[in-house]
Amino acid sequence: MIEPIKPPRRKNPLLRTRLPASPPRPRSRTSHGFTRAAAEGRFMLQRCEACGAFAYPAREACPSCLSSGLTFVDAPRRGMLLSEATARVPSDVYFRERAPWRIGLVRMDCGPTIVAHLHADCVEGAPVRMSLQLDKSGQAVAFAHPEGETPNMADDKQWREMTADPKFRRVLVTNGRSVIGQEAVAALKAAGARTVFVGVAEPWRPFAGEKLLRGQDGIEIVTLDAADEKSAADLAADIGGKVDILVNTTEYVRPGGLLDRRGTSIARDEIDQAYLGFINLAQAFGLAMRMRGADGINNSAAWVNILSVYALSNWPAFGAYSASQAACLSLSHCLRAELRPGGVRVMNLFTGPVDTEWFQTVPPPKVAPRAIAQAIVSGLKGGLEEMYVGDVAEEIRQRLAANPKALERELDR
Amino acid sequence: MTNSLRTPYDGVVIAAPVTIPYVRYSIESAQWWIGRALSALVAQAGIKASDIDGLCVSSFTMGTDSGIGLTQHFGLCVRWLDTIPLGGASAVAGLRKAARAVQAHDADIVACVAGDTNHVDSFRLTLENFSRFNQDAVYPYGAGGANASFALIARNYMRTFGVTREDVGRIAVAQRANALRNPHALMKAPLTLEQYLAARPISDPIHLFDCVMPCAGAEAFLVMREDTAASLGLPAARLLSTIERHNAFADDPMQVRGGWAMDIGELYAMAGVKPDDLDVVQTYDDYPVITMMQFEDLGFCKKGEGAEFVRQHDLTIDGDFPHNTSGGQLSAGQAGAAGAYLGLVEGLRQVLGTAGPTQVRNASLALASGFGMINYDRGLASGAAIFAGPSR
Ligand SMILES: [Zn+2]
Repeated sequence: MIEPIKPPRRKNPLLRTRLPASPPRPRSRTSHGFTRAAAEGRFMLQRCEACGAFAYPAREACPSCLSSGLTFVDAPRRGMLLSEATARVPSDVYFRERAPWRIGLVRMDCGPTIVAHLHADCVEGAPVRMSLQLDKSGQAVAFAHPEGETPNMADDKQWREMTADPKFRRVLVTNGRSVIGQEAVAALKAAGARTVFVGVAEPWRPFAGEKLLRGQDGIEIVTLDAADEKSAADLAADIGGKVDILVNTTEYVRPGGLLDRRGTSIARDEIDQAYLGFINLAQAFGLAMRMRGADGINNSAAWVNILSVYALSNWPAFGAYSASQAACLSLSHCLRAELRPGGVRVMNLFTGPVDTEWFQTVPPPKVAPRAIAQAIVSGLKGGLEEMYVGDVAEEIRQRLAANPKALERELDR
Repeated sequence: MTNSLRTPYDGVVIAAPVTIPYVRYSIESAQWWIGRALSALVAQAGIKASDIDGLCVSSFTMGTDSGIGLTQHFGLCVRWLDTIPLGGASAVAGLRKAARAVQAHDADIVACVAGDTNHVDSFRLTLENFSRFNQDAVYPYGAGGANASFALIARNYMRTFGVTREDVGRIAVAQRANALRNPHALMKAPLTLEQYLAARPISDPIHLFDCVMPCAGAEAFLVMREDTAASLGLPAARLLSTIERHNAFADDPMQVRGGWAMDIGELYAMAGVKPDDLDVVQTYDDYPVITMMQFEDLGFCKKGEGAEFVRQHDLTIDGDFPHNTSGGQLSAGQAGAAGAYLGLVEGLRQVLGTAGPTQVRNASLALASGFGMINYDRGLASGAAIFAGPSR
């Protein structure tokens, strides 16, 4: 049984800050099929198209019939823990700092045998539920959970390495003026975040929903205008060492594409707010987060972006906005690579039109801000990297995977 | 007994057992260690380097070199060449190939050599670059090489067959007693069963004295025809039989047996001997539990009876079942791929009567086995050889 983790104490400045280390990173190209699955929280294995056999580790030919037709498919997660081992003195620096470390060999009901990290409540000879997770090097690993719920399950030491659970962590939500920002604050607080800092530009100017934030225990309103380089830097100077999770809720939505607008002033605003705002935040907070990636219970753990799913394929009705989101998506991959040495994950939430004022002319289905907030929390708890929130986002994902050209035509309506 | 259609190794002999004494760490390269072994082979056999016309090499730490680079490096002109990357099965595999080469007159004198250096970081580098499955599906789990993988196998084996740490410990303790008689063994302090049991855990149930100590060193022998050895006046052992098997029993969910179990009938039938006839046995002891598995799979007892076998026998040099007489890898050290050769070379000295302080009295028939390559969840390669000294 897991002992619940305790709230971190005030840090002793004389003690060594544990510096981030990465578990082994190299993988074969084929093995990144697991990375793709883990990013979305799916459990996939290779399956032979010819004979139906499942295979693991990643192969180039089926060990049952030598067919090359091995495809990654969603696979049954149930298996049996055959044997376990506890590494006390691993040679790898990452594991040595976290030893003892428990792994096991799991025989999946669908056939293959998988070496997996073990949740502490897994028992030899008992069934387990397998998932694929991204470890601190950003690569996929197999993780075995007990089949049912156990007390304080999410507090497992090895599981917490695979996730960015808000519990006891300090979070910066960058825009408290938006409904999404306010819902995110509430959801993160409910998920056990110790402090939620809420960025508000010109906080003396009143705004709707203000009383949800002001004077609440564990919620601190801070001055932040992400589009202003100095504002971001000033805030980072103040709380930069205390941000364990950053949720970038910057929103700047305006309708229109290219020809129906005159000049570049709106496009410039879109870029200033979304893209340059992202850069300002990254430059202000990124370095400290990367440095604190292994710093105890409340180490820095994740950066969350909320992006329009039209970052993936342009929606001409909001064409310039889509382009600003595409720029942010591209930048998020750069940030992911740069935060990776710190073990800090970058999670992108893709949403369709949100039920807010700037999408008022768009017919349903629209995504409720609360659904986005809940997705942020569940994504952090599950250690995900990509999430599609709402029916529109999910549909665009599928259509894009099936035929990008068809999607482009379909969005031109 | 299995009927074998295999050609007997008539007229094939093994000679000139060479061990270059091990050191824990070495600033020298693998090539340096292999060079020392070749030099010692030539000196011991009383031949010139130019008499060697076949070369078989195994090493983990040669970098980008393989056998071909070594021919120029050492000034050898050979007409038969092999590089065998089979870890703990390299010696038996190399012997098999070399034996057929000299038997068919493709070569006359084949030098079989294994050597590895051990820098402070070379063990880790070897692990990192071991294999594709290891890279994808083992190394990311902090296994840090063999310890955790073998811990999974050992734990399952011990639970399945009711084996205790004490049972396994008897093997390690007996080998340490043997090592104390081997001046070149790295382990020089006696080991009691109490000390074995009290050792710190490395990767449960693997504890400190279940682990080999990586080191630098080299081992070698010559393979030739009987007539060649006679004309050189070289004492030699006759090769009676060999087996080799890879990826056996792939459907076993966990490894509880090695490939030997598949071929054991053939091993003894080809040699024309029974397990009881053997005077000395050298198993591949990367972990004592793997040795116990070999006692079963090599036919000394039935599957599941390894613990009882160990309790009933004295495994020391003067005991009723002399085993790993040089101390084995557990007590002499594991010099990389040379670890595969350790038992075969020591067994050769035994049947030639040149083992000195570790000599088993009147030893004339020996078995040496190999095991290796934890590619993913099990050791894939296994092999064994039986050979007889001139007195038999
Ligand atoms: Zn197949």
